[in-house]
Amino acid sequence: MSLPLAFLDAVGGAIDFIFNPRESLGGGAEVGGLGQVGELTLDHLELTFAGLAVSLAVALPLGLYLGHRGRGEFLAVAIGNAGRAIPELALIAFLVAYVGTGFLNVTIALAILGIPPILTNAFVGVRQVDRTAVEAARGMGMSELGIVARVELPLAAPTIMTGVRTAAINVVATATIAPLAGQLSLGDFILARNVYGDEGVLAGAILVALLALAFELVLAAVQRALTPRGLELAREAG
Amino acid sequence: MTALVAQLDPSFFRDRSESDCIRENGAFCLDWALDNLDRYVTPTLEHLVLVVVSVALGFALAFAMALLSHRRRWLVPPFLGLTGVLYTIPSLAFFFLLLPITGRGADTAIIALTAYNLQIIYRNVMAGLANVPAAAKDAGRGMGMTERQLTWRVELPLALPEIIAGVRIATVSTVAIATLAVFAGGGGLGSELIAGSNITFRTGVAIAGGIAIAMAIAFDLLLVLLQRRLVPWRLAAERRSREGARFASLVRRVRGAVP
Repeated sequence: MSLPLAFLDAVGGAIDFIFNPRESLGGGAEVGGLGQVGELTLDHLELTFAGLAVSLAVALPLGLYLGHRGRGEFLAVAIGNAGRAIPELALIAFLVAYVGTGFLNVTIALAILGIPPILTNAFVGVRQVDRTAVEAARGMGMSELGIVARVELPLAAPTIMTGVRTAAINVVATATIAPLAGQLSLGDFILARNVYGDEGVLAGAILVALLALAFELVLAAVQRALTPRGLELAREAG
Repeated sequence: MTALVAQLDPSFFRDRSESDCIRENGAFCLDWALDNLDRYVTPTLEHLVLVVVSVALGFALAFAMALLSHRRRWLVPPFLGLTGVLYTIPSLAFFFLLLPITGRGADTAIIALTAYNLQIIYRNVMAGLANVPAAAKDAGRGMGMTERQLTWRVELPLALPEIIAGVRIATVSTVAIATLAVFAGGGGLGSELIAGSNITFRTGVAIAGGIAIAMAIAFDLLLVLLQRRLVPWRLAAERRSREGARFASLVRRVRGAVP
């Protein structure tokens, strides 16, 4: 069979796997079909949301604080750079070998990969805010907390969302290898070939890719929605 | 055992797999590590090849795309969209999407890693070109430069800091992600992370992970040195206004680095 035809055939098999349940390769269990696909998608989403939520809870306040005070630049940059150098597989393996498995542990691992881009972008986003806008807010009698919440945060929102999008890409990707640490996700289709077979593996790859792209599209829309009108006008004018 | 290792005194490697530390899966078995360093040579070299080849290919492609779209602005949105999709798809999924076409092996891993790099490098090259001062371009035109000369002699040299920053980010990320190449049959340090049930073997995980992180740091330092050599005027400018320049470069890096 020629290459494109073989590929189409493989994709057809994968789509069949997604819609129709079948017996597992080892026998004895029913795999595939929309039921299991839905279950594992929910598991994947659960891990992703948990990891992103912890990342945001840690990195956003810290980044806003450091950016507002204008200090800790070294910290914000160094964490951002170091985060990129952490191999996701090594992190998961480290977790399994030294800490143990479980939902909480995997969530922490995902958060470790989500924190750096959010922290760096929150810091930079706030530092980039026009100082005259901050001075004007101060002159109007706003509290420091009010300045952060109502001036700096909205104006930094587009930059922060860029960091959140990068974090989401990292987290979705790493949740794919979570089954190695005992937490089910769509990655199980990919990693357990002896259970799901080649069609299951390809189905898993397609589903993970679609999920990541869906996340990216949704977050890009959120980013547009969070961009203050004034910033858009300034960009168009400039 | 590789030829290099075979030349060493055999007594150097005394496999202590039977030691208490290994049996109890101790936090880090230094004895075992010293005795078994040889098993990390090949995976490390494979990892190096994966990274160097995919960053080089990614750079060549992204650079060509940037040059193409620099004067044909209508190409920018499709290029950004395409590279964005490739960047977003998790590498592990990408490997297995390619598998029916390219089969298992380092090639498949290199294609996926290259695809991942495109967005990072393309964005940085474009950001670098966009940041070239209009005055410098005008001066070039005033000297009678053609558009091509302007690009190669004025714009690209001035964009070098951003371009190298992009290559740094791409390289460091690729070192990390290449650990997943093992799932595509591409070898690399990942093979020592998951070999057999090794994912629970603490010393092995620490060594392979440690080598990967050290490799990322080494590449980053090398590229910083390269930048110093290629862009000497930058250092002088930074010395003059350290704070301002440092923050400006940070802003550019963050803007250029991420989609």
